[in-house]
Amino acid sequence: MTKTILNVTGLTKNFGGIKAIDNVDLDIKPGEIVALIGPNGAGKTTFFNCLTGIYTPSSGDIVLCHPNSEKEIRLNGMKPNKITEQGMARTFQNIRLFPTMSVLENVMIGRHCRTHSLILGAIFRGSATRREEREIVDMSYEILIKVGLQKEVNEEARNLSYGAQRRLEIARALATEPFLLLLDEPAAGMNPNETEDLVGLIKTICGEGQSILLIEHDMKLVMSLSDRIFVMDYGKKIAQGTPEEVRANPAVIKAYLGEDVDA
Amino acid sequence: MFPVKELKRSFLISIWFSFLTFPIMVIKVDAIERVVSWRWENMFFIAFGSFFISILTKVYFLRKERRTGRKKVNRELTEAFMQRILREPRFLYPLSLAVLLFALLFPALFSTYQTNIMTTALMYVVLGLGLNVVVGVAGLLDLGYVAFYAVGAYSYALLNLYFDMGFWAVLPLGGLFAAFLGIMLGFPVLRLRGDYLAIVTLGFGEIIRLVLENWSAFSQGPSGIANIPRPGFFGMEMSFDSGIVYIYYIVVALVVFTIFVVNRLQDSRLGRAWLALREDEIACQAMGIDKTRTKLIAFSLGAFWAGLVGVIFAAKTTFVNPASFTFLESAIILSIVVLGGMGSIVGVIFGALILILMPEYLRALSEYRMLAFGGILVVMMVFKPDGIISNVRRSYRFKKQPAKDVIE
Amino acid sequence: MDYFIELFFVGLTRGSIYALIALGYTMVYGIIGLINFAHGEIYMIGAFTSFIVATVLSIYGFPLLAIVIVAGLAAAVWSSAYGYTIEKLAYRPLRKAPRLAPLISAIGMSIFLQNYVLLAQTSDFLPFPELIPEFDFMEPVAHIVGSSDLVILIVTTLVMLGLTFLIKFTKIGKAMRATAQDKTMAVLVGINVDRVISATFVIGSALAAIGGLLIASHVGQINFYIGFIAGIKAFTAAVLGGIGSIPGAVLGSLVLGLTESFATGYISSDYEDVFAFSLLVLILIFKPSGLLGKAETQKV
Ligand SMILES: Nc1ncnc2c1ncn2[C@@H]1O[C@H](COP(=O)(O)OP(=O)(O)O)[C@@H](O)[C@H]1O
Ligand SMILES: [Mg+2]
Repeated sequence: MTKTILNVTGLTKNFGGIKAIDNVDLDIKPGEIVALIGPNGAGKTTFFNCLTGIYTPSSGDIVLCHPNSEKEIRLNGMKPNKITEQGMARTFQNIRLFPTMSVLENVMIGRHCRTHSLILGAIFRGSATRREEREIVDMSYEILIKVGLQKEVNEEARNLSYGAQRRLEIARALATEPFLLLLDEPAAGMNPNETEDLVGLIKTICGEGQSILLIEHDMKLVMSLSDRIFVMDYGKKIAQGTPEEVRANPAVIKAYLGEDVDA
Repeated sequence: MFPVKELKRSFLISIWFSFLTFPIMVIKVDAIERVVSWRWENMFFIAFGSFFISILTKVYFLRKERRTGRKKVNRELTEAFMQRILREPRFLYPLSLAVLLFALLFPALFSTYQTNIMTTALMYVVLGLGLNVVVGVAGLLDLGYVAFYAVGAYSYALLNLYFDMGFWAVLPLGGLFAAFLGIMLGFPVLRLRGDYLAIVTLGFGEIIRLVLENWSAFSQGPSGIANIPRPGFFGMEMSFDSGIVYIYYIVVALVVFTIFVVNRLQDSRLGRAWLALREDEIACQAMGIDKTRTKLIAFSLGAFWAGLVGVIFAAKTTFVNPASFTFLESAIILSIVVLGGMGSIVGVIFGALILILMPEYLRALSEYRMLAFGGILVVMMVFKPDGIISNVRRSYRFKKQPAKDVIE
Repeated sequence: MDYFIELFFVGLTRGSIYALIALGYTMVYGIIGLINFAHGEIYMIGAFTSFIVATVLSIYGFPLLAIVIVAGLAAAVWSSAYGYTIEKLAYRPLRKAPRLAPLISAIGMSIFLQNYVLLAQTSDFLPFPELIPEFDFMEPVAHIVGSSDLVILIVTTLVMLGLTFLIKFTKIGKAMRATAQDKTMAVLVGINVDRVISATFVIGSALAAIGGLLIASHVGQINFYIGFIAGIKAFTAAVLGGIGSIPGAVLGSLVLGLTESFATGYISSDYEDVFAFSLLVLILIFKPSGLLGKAETQKV
């Protein structure tokens, strides 16, 4: 049995009386692309929010394990920034860039948790600080090349097109050097060309050894990219398996019946 | 021409304001002598004043509407011009040098009286720059800033009173005490939402003042502490006048130091994190920024400067009492930051000079000083939330390959 | 024991006055999410208006009852007018601005109004005419509960009942509740949100004005600065009860009034305001949702 880098067991999240997530298990292995699908309101985004520490789960366990290490880290109750430091980064369904900062600066923020200079460094600006600053800029620029935003490097983030903003979100997350990347509806609002570029980008990222957990409504994209798929409905996990298995699963078909399947 | 409909509207507005201000502006009663004076002339002023102001604002909005397209370009041009002056070393350095030279020659060119006023204004420059880090850069509305100022002032007053410590020894201590208090307060409150933070800091500022007022055994209560020595200069005795000039130079040095440090901070990893926090806290946390810690640094840095200026204040006036540290003082410093343009160093300097010097020189205005401060906060928020000089932040501009060096 | 009961009534009276002011904070917060910092000044203007009107009328020899009624009405009318105007001038243009902009504007408005009254009237304390006479039937308990305490309690209770009725059963009350819950939905079902917001300011201001009249005649003096402290305390009460919640504002006010009364009565009166401020700081730190408020999770 291969190791898992993320192991979620029995995750539950209540909002007042509503169970937005109800006893969900999920696991990810190194290098995998895993999709999390389900109708709107199924609890997918809430699931991400629990994983990344933005919401505190009501119960259940979230355990993260770096692919090159044996140490298992329990993420429950950890602050979001600590979780990002452990090597799991995310994008947001409702884009949350820093709108008046430049594209480059947005990515540079992602480098924050991997760099160190503080007050004294800023004031004296010694050689170590200068070197660090240069590394931040260079690395951020390389990531922008990877996602294809090098031309817009000096634009303000709010002036980018929708698709470009989604890619910038990915770039910013990549800058934190995650081994597991969580993407919340990255193709939403993209045109077919942009979606195609996105597929290429996700493959590239995966090819570099990073694992991806993906929420997406575009079934063509999901089916073509994913190694495994988890399906949620009304907060519960109703199915899991390879794309073929899931496609044939009656429960999944039922969940999507009456819903507009976006593909 | 100005449409008749608008004239009618302005007329109605002026009637409304005449009605609104009628009891307070027109009637004045003397309850003891039992006489009423009717000041109808005030109603006249209000009616005309509100009529013209309403027309002026309407004209402003009409023109703005008509020229949105063109004006935007214009505005971008002027902004680009300001940006260039303020960013390019070619312009910036000679300009700063000239200003610095003027500042250094000031005591030689003007009277001691003027120098003293300038010292006060420059102290507010430093206070404004300190609060600017907290409010303007990091976006934390601190309404109790004066508490840290008080801590600095009382540090010097008390350490001198009880332990006979000198100005230079207390100066850094005052800053550190204030910063320490900032950390102690900031730790629990900085996770609060923005408007709650504002109120908590306000409450805290008032608590500090009330304690100073009531704990007489410690702080000598409302009567304050007098006979605080002025700063020493290698143990030399100084005349009153040269003492004032000496403090002036200390403050100028502090201003230069503050500008240097604040500038470097804004332009660093930390400064970027502050800006990002101001824009989206949740995204920041998800990107690995420790929200509380980053805010705490901004908060305590701001407090540090307030503490420094507090020590200087005590030394300059040789007297401190709690009445110098009311909420209104915090509001004045906030007005400076808001008027100048949140986040902008040059703006804050202008803001402080305008707000502090104007009432000093236009004595007739000084009565209306607080009225104006209140009005400025409202008007700036409604018409020009960016301040008179909107922040010319250095954003990182990337040159073409090779991707090695960056110009600011 | 008498002392205890006396303090209890002092606290209750105080608490009911805080409640009249706190309701304005809580209603405005419930609807537009703004801490209306200038609300304390509305109360102060209410006190000044009633002072001016009452003194003028008493100089011209009107009977006490007429004075009370006219002064009360004038205070309510003018305070409401101020509340309405302030909202239009200082808050409405900022409805889409970042959250801190309206708060700064409100602080500016508060400072402006204080100094407006200071300049137009005076910075001295003014003796407020006694509008509430000592009732004969209160004679036996007068050393414990004053007549004005009684009147304040009765008036406050009536006002609260009226407000409850207004919010529960009238059309504008329903519109207010709908707007507080979901502004976008309210617009979609055809509620004129601007009107609702104006109405909220008007009602809140009128309540504060009544509070201003009552406390001024109870304490016997006013000056331009009374709004600041009273405002902060009423805000504390609103937060203590759970800001946005109307029963919360009343509960919080009574708790604060009683706490202050007992703390000053049994511990020390020097630190009266420190108690309130400390309470404010402590609640905001440890239970920002207050006694009756709901904790909110921001949706991401
Ligand atoms: N902060 C919150 N407070 C209350 N309910 C919430 C909150 N966040 C999400 N929910 C509820 O949880 C359910 C799942 O939402 P979400 O996770 O966004 O679904 P999905 O991303 O699958 O479309 C929804 O019913 C939503 O209203
Ligand atoms: Mg979602």
